[in-house]
Amino acid sequence: MSRDRQDLRERIVMNLGAVTARASVRIVAAFRERSWLLGETLFPILSMATFVLVYRGLGAPRAFESFAVLGGAMIAYWNNVLWSMASQFFWEKEQGQLQLYLITPVSRMSILLGMAFGGMLATTTRAIVILLAGIFLFHVPFPWERAPGALGLFLLTLGALYGLGMILSSVFFLWGREAWNTVTLFQEPVYLLSGFYFPVSALGTVAASVAGFIPITLGLDGIRQILFGEAAKGFIPVVWIVPIQAALLVLYLLLAHRALLVMENLGKREGRLTIRGG
Amino acid sequence: MIPGSTAPAIETAELTRRFRTRRERDVEALRGVDLRVERGECFGLLGPNGAGKSTLIKILTTLLLPTTGRALVAGFDVATEALSVRRRINLVSGGDSSGYGILTVRETLHLFARFYGVPWPVARQRAEELMEITVLGPKADTRMSGLSTGMKQKVNFARGFMSDPEIIFLDEPTLGLDVEASRSIRGFIARWVRERPGRTVLLTTHYMVEADELCGRVAIIDHGKILALDTPMALKRALPEESAFILHVASAPPEGWSERLAGVRTALQHTHPGTGAMEIRLTLAEDQVIGEVLGTLRDLGIAVLNLTKQEPSLESVFVHLVGRGFEEADAAAGAEGA
Repeated sequence: MSRDRQDLRERIVMNLGAVTARASVRIVAAFRERSWLLGETLFPILSMATFVLVYRGLGAPRAFESFAVLGGAMIAYWNNVLWSMASQFFWEKEQGQLQLYLITPVSRMSILLGMAFGGMLATTTRAIVILLAGIFLFHVPFPWERAPGALGLFLLTLGALYGLGMILSSVFFLWGREAWNTVTLFQEPVYLLSGFYFPVSALGTVAASVAGFIPITLGLDGIRQILFGEAAKGFIPVVWIVPIQAALLVLYLLLAHRALLVMENLGKREGRLTIRGG
Repeated sequence: MIPGSTAPAIETAELTRRFRTRRERDVEALRGVDLRVERGECFGLLGPNGAGKSTLIKILTTLLLPTTGRALVAGFDVATEALSVRRRINLVSGGDSSGYGILTVRETLHLFARFYGVPWPVARQRAEELMEITVLGPKADTRMSGLSTGMKQKVNFARGFMSDPEIIFLDEPTLGLDVEASRSIRGFIARWVRERPGRTVLLTTHYMVEADELCGRVAIIDHGKILALDTPMALKRALPEESAFILHVASAPPEGWSERLAGVRTALQHTHPGTGAMEIRLTLAEDQVIGEVLGTLRDLGIAVLNLTKQEPSLESVFVHLVGRGFEEADAAAGAEGA
């Protein structure tokens, strides 16, 4: 085997090792400390139930109830991106542990992916419980036969979403608490802009177009259209959404790669990479 | 030797690092550091707090960029070839702990091995060996959250060796550890270098004895500059012929006391922060002067409780080079930082 190929093989093994290693921390934690089950399942059902009951009380089309269920499920992934990935470098820094990761010979994206995958167990449990509660407790309609197409777009959306999360995480190489506050500010506005509980077309063309840069917005819009057709009151046709989401996926991953490099170098230049509380 | 490793372990040229403080003041943490550490060395970096030791280590471990100058680790530039550097190094910072409370000691060690692509069977065997050496064996399946601070530090220490690095940076590795744990860790470091030819240790420490016992060569650093670099023996031999004494005294000496002492080269008074015990450290041109000094101290009303003649040590080298002891230097650095 040539030296270059061996080198490449070693790098792949190391980076895969980093992804699984970092993911394993969360997975082990999820099995050992099960208190999250209550917070991640019962309480989110309540928010979703509120919207389902509001739509039902107003006599809205049944598909609207399904929108709320799907939105409730997708919120779990946005929260995972924000709290389990984007801001995770902040906690590692505060615990004096970030430097241990930064001196390892692996890509920062592998570490972040590990964090995200690790958090997926709880996130996906939450999403599934919300879906099941919607379908079996509130009897919202769900066309199972169209589920594979929706799942495909969901995965594409997820890729772009995690790319965005990686871009956000890069700010922690330079800032600490101020970046934490910024990330916190992203949570609620995105709930609104992404149309978690209503069709995003209701925002109007300009606001919905801007919101389209958040991968969940068009992803959720497209998934609803795949599942409910015309009743979804889609913002733009699914045939456009798929390439846009694919473009966002590539764009955000490339930007994340660049942002992580640039911000790490800035942090190293300014000496703020490992300073706690900064 | 490690295959393909002919470059020195560490090489720096005219390395400087400036920081801008919150008060917009420039602080020079490193001022033109030239250093060359060969493969297989256990090299010590001695200096008080704020001397620049940790800044140098951060640069060499790719966590910080130099302001000017160049630093190579295993022949790779820390600024432009960071990934190649990282594949060959590891870092242990004393006083820090690593890992997550939810994981056990064994799982923590395995976790960090995976970031370096260490194959599973190798990682398992290495973790067992390291746990035995650091006396962590009985706690192998205990969660990190259930360990004492000292135990956590031991795990952190073992973690650094899980990747079997070519070059390991140990930044105050025994800080805060008890005497027994420090001794076992020093023993491990000495054995690691001896049994693995070509492996290099760069050790920063406050403890002169530690550097004396472990390091083949030592650099003394203060205010970002390397003041001396040689074997501990050679550094001690280079001291001018003089006698050093430590006097434990019952009360603080009056103002201007040191000027009254004839035949004394340096006279420092130190109060132990914990116990409040007072001592006077003297260096004399020759032994015979001590009688006269004791007489003067008696005249000044200072009761001497105990007197010890000191053999030349790295501490004496530091005092000779800097004009103050480590504790005084630390106190001064603390005051500057405040």
